[in-house]
Amino acid sequence: MANLLGWIDDRFPLTKMWNDHLAEYYTPKNFNFWYFFGSLALMVLVIQIISGIFLTMHYKPDDAMAFASVEYIMRDVPYGWLIRYIHSTGATAFFIVVYLHMLRGLMYGSYKKPRELIWLFGMFIYLALMAEAFMGYLLPWGQMSYWGAQVIISLFSAIPVVGDDLTLWIRGDFVIGDATLNRFFALHVIALPLVLVFLVIAHILALHEVGSNNPDGVEIKKNKDANGIPLDGIPFHPYYSVKDIVGVVVFLFFFSVVLFYFPDGGGYMLEYANFEAANALKTPEHIAPVWYFTPFYAILRAVPDKLMGVGAMGGAIVVLFFLPWIDRCKVKSIRYRSVIFKVNLIVFCIGFVVLGWLAMQPVNETITFLSRLFTFLYFAFFVVLFVTSKNESTKPVPDRVTS
Amino acid sequence: MSTDNVVDTKRRRFLVNATSVVAAVGAGFVAVPFLSSWMPSERAKNAGAPVEVDISKLEVGRLLVVEWQSKPVWIIKRSDKTLADLAKNDENLSDPNSENIDQQPAYAQNHDRSIKPEVIILVGICTHLGCSPSFRPEIGPADLGADWLGGFFCPCHSSRFDLAGRVFQGVPAPTNLVVPPHMYVSDNVIVIGRDGEAV
Repeated sequence: MANLLGWIDDRFPLTKMWNDHLAEYYTPKNFNFWYFFGSLALMVLVIQIISGIFLTMHYKPDDAMAFASVEYIMRDVPYGWLIRYIHSTGATAFFIVVYLHMLRGLMYGSYKKPRELIWLFGMFIYLALMAEAFMGYLLPWGQMSYWGAQVIISLFSAIPVVGDDLTLWIRGDFVIGDATLNRFFALHVIALPLVLVFLVIAHILALHEVGSNNPDGVEIKKNKDANGIPLDGIPFHPYYSVKDIVGVVVFLFFFSVVLFYFPDGGGYMLEYANFEAANALKTPEHIAPVWYFTPFYAILRAVPDKLMGVGAMGGAIVVLFFLPWIDRCKVKSIRYRSVIFKVNLIVFCIGFVVLGWLAMQPVNETITFLSRLFTFLYFAFFVVLFVTSKNESTKPVPDRVTS
Repeated sequence: MSTDNVVDTKRRRFLVNATSVVAAVGAGFVAVPFLSSWMPSERAKNAGAPVEVDISKLEVGRLLVVEWQSKPVWIIKRSDKTLADLAKNDENLSDPNSENIDQQPAYAQNHDRSIKPEVIILVGICTHLGCSPSFRPEIGPADLGADWLGGFFCPCHSSRFDLAGRVFQGVPAPTNLVVPPHMYVSDNVIVIGRDGEAV
């Protein structure tokens, strides 16, 4: 056995990679609950890839056959219903896990120097994930698939001068049709998963280059023992690999409850209008995106102007990329930051959830007013953060991590 | 090869740069067919033939939906009252006189946006983000307000249009609904997608 390993190590850095990224990757010893979501996101990615591969074996990306082939998967393919529900529940789980993972970054300042690139790779993952989810949602070719795609693709028509030609190019036809469905299928199952996997690798490599942040926001590499090992660090494997398995078990418990008892998520994960085949002549009475896009949809709907509405919606995502430079406070963790920051972050999180709820309500004057108010609060978070973070009154940060 | 082992760095840099530029130009050319393949195919371009519609049985105030180029096209016979009411909306509209010439053919650039005043023909696609608005002909319904004189309401982002497809102010849709090219081949038969002018 040792000989075989030696033979491989002479030809491929197997042991070196194992040590660099697992057995001798020193991780702060004070990780808490919030540190489960990175490894969970990776696991959900694997779940989606495996269940997705099996769905492609029965699905037909053709506007005349797509809807029926999904029904076929649900009714006739052995365990087809299970595989499809794993995939649709996985999409929701992915966004829950990623949103909590991002919130962790906000709380503990994990995007700050020297981890700006980790944040940027992460934001690109989030962007690719949104594209992946959007394109996947067209494939069942139901009413919501069709009209959701119609709205999202039409967003590009707001761009001055080239907008209309750009939407024509994306659709590949004068309306959403077979050409659109076929290319979205190709992007959903080949192009974007590849991009996602490469971005995840870059995200992890960048993380392991600079080392993990922690709930205290203390750099553990500043205090090392005689062997150059951080005093507050423990090897990722076995300490955190075992801890993460606990997270996986708890996660799969909740995942299974949804999968087996609420696979349509009350209409928020699989919308009821989507049980009707796409009809180009009739928009459903009430149209709302799946829950993970709703906060941005509320921002779009709050602005009574096409170009500015699309701009505000895009801006709400783009501004997140610049977070490492908007937050100018040197202290990373929320534990040692000012009351202003804590209040600002809490208002931002509540606002994000409220926006998501608002987008699912039929429009009336109250809803429009509230959407505008919370859109304002969303952007106010970044303005307040930029202004107050420069000279923030922070508490003293300890030299070593606490318990 | 030189015998003195001296590298001409200037010459080397020139060659590396020249090679890179040629490769970049080549990559650009290779991208063209791939990006072009996303444009509508010849088959898609040839689809969408004109549609002939007989409106003799269409009742006043009812909506007829026909499919043209895979899009919904609406035909409505408007009553005299509806036509008279159109002017009452004018002050609340973005483009009451249809001055944006992309939204209708020249022969429909009038106050009723139609060839025959009573018959309005519109592409039923919202000019905001492409949903198909709902036909709401009733006067003053609770959800649309007491001054609603009948028109179209988009369920996606609440844009409003009157019964000539003209957009109201303060809604996300930027322009009036499109009037497709059309012509009458007889009193009651309309061809959508073709007009007297060059096709």
